[in-house]
Amino acid sequence: MTAAPLVLGIETSCDETGIGIVRGRTLLSNTIASSMDEHARYGGVVPEVAARAHLEALQPSIDAALDEAGIRLQDLDAVAVTSGPGLAGALMVGVGAAKGLAVSIDKPLYAVNHLVGHIAADILTADSAPLEYPTIALLVSGGHTSLLHVRDLTTDVELLGETMDDAAGEAFDKVARLLSLPYPGGPEIDRAAADGDPNAIRFPRGLSKASDLAKHRYDFSFSGLKTAVARWVERCEADGVEVPVADVAASFREAVVDVLVTKALAACEDLGVPRLLLGGGVIANRRLREVALARAEKAGVTVRIPPLSLCTDNGAMIAALAAELISSGRRPSTLAFGADSTLPVTEIQVAERS
Amino acid sequence: MILAVDTSLGTAVALIDADGALRAEAATADPLGHAEVIGDLLADVLKGAGAGEITHVVSGMGPGPFTGLRIGIAAARAFALGRGIPVVPVPSHLAAALSVSADGPFAIVTDARRREVAVTVFDGTDAAGIPTVVADTVLVPAVEADAHLGGIRRIDVSELSGADLARVAARALAAGRVLADDEPLYLRHPDVVLPGAPKRVGS
Ligand SMILES: [Zn+2]
Repeated sequence: MTAAPLVLGIETSCDETGIGIVRGRTLLSNTIASSMDEHARYGGVVPEVAARAHLEALQPSIDAALDEAGIRLQDLDAVAVTSGPGLAGALMVGVGAAKGLAVSIDKPLYAVNHLVGHIAADILTADSAPLEYPTIALLVSGGHTSLLHVRDLTTDVELLGETMDDAAGEAFDKVARLLSLPYPGGPEIDRAAADGDPNAIRFPRGLSKASDLAKHRYDFSFSGLKTAVARWVERCEADGVEVPVADVAASFREAVVDVLVTKALAACEDLGVPRLLLGGGVIANRRLREVALARAEKAGVTVRIPPLSLCTDNGAMIAALAAELISSGRRPSTLAFGADSTLPVTEIQVAERS
Repeated sequence: MILAVDTSLGTAVALIDADGALRAEAATADPLGHAEVIGDLLADVLKGAGAGEITHVVSGMGPGPFTGLRIGIAAARAFALGRGIPVVPVPSHLAAALSVSADGPFAIVTDARRREVAVTVFDGTDAAGIPTVVADTVLVPAVEADAHLGGIRRIDVSELSGADLARVAARALAAGRVLADDEPLYLRHPDVVLPGAPKRVGS
């Protein structure tokens, strides 16, 4: 195997069909087809709709990625695919395609963990210094909200905490609906919040009371916050007062951002790790980045944020993780793995051949 | 050689020669676990096939439970992409009908989950040797299937032959016929309702 393996990654864990091609740590293509528009009318990702869209998008996306990278399938050293976590039916489309492709071109297949892929996205940023270990990673999207302790990308990732109910991105979508804003909620809440006062309403910070912190120091909960916003809106309506959408949006966003950043920086402090990596689609939220950067600086924590196109779900991060696994001497996966919707983050690679 | 992949019931993979002779086949009857087995079944069939070039990949388009069905279609398309060869979509019930020797109409009946069955009625074969569909595939409640068929011979099928699927495709190719479009035979709409007004939480 060459020092910099040429890998094609397939990612279908949620509503993005991602095909990425990397040569080691060099990004050659990050092709994404999203079915987001098809989900908009339902106010959230519909698994069956996502799975149907993946099947349609896979082949054209692979063709487009090969074109952009200027390579042929025969040139590849390996194929990589997300085994989990994610939506089972959506993951299975990618797994089926990856196996068909790998057998067809007779190349090794690496089945990898989606969440660890989000961390691997960072190594594709050629302009920044290499990722230093250990690092705390905060991954926030419509599908997950996870706080990780990364000691080594390919061998040692630990889950510190995750959401007990809704993912942060889901909370944005649900609150957007309460405020009669369209899907996806993140950018809409951001827009509505622009002229709002983030301190107008003190919404609850989930799992942040002393009693909760004992057991759930690094876990998140957003359902109570969502209910609090719903109550607020209903009370306005009952009182015949116009809902102050800007203030509600800004205050809600502040509560989400506050709890995310507070817990991430607590982990940095508790574990003595002065590095924080942000990933996942919700990182697109400008306020989250601002608050994270400002408060991290005060705490003496360095923050890394990959470009947004690598923060949202994508195949390049899956290819990048596999390339790192290959470079560290890991054997390919067997062909016998499946989709694992709840794959734990400790399983960085699935079904490594013995 | 023609490779066929079908995951509409169990998982079936087969390779035949252009004249229909079987080269290799591998299958599991398990109506679940398609994602787990599809890669090894493909590899086994390639290994068992001997020398020769694969010219087409046949994809069984259902009817079948969608989650499993899609895995085979995705694998078939990706395999074809890897070899730079075309995909030939074929309705899966045609494979089951191919091996039926019957006078008069008969129905292929497969489980569609949720107490429904998928039913396609055939009668004889056409000039190309392809079973003739006389009533398109429909879903009917399992308990009403007999009434629906009104005496037409009913053949319940729980496993499909990948080789027969490939043979149907070989005949279609020889006759220049297209048997299905690229869309899987989705007989149900996605299980989803448009959201109404947000639920009240009270205060
Ligand atoms: Zn993700």
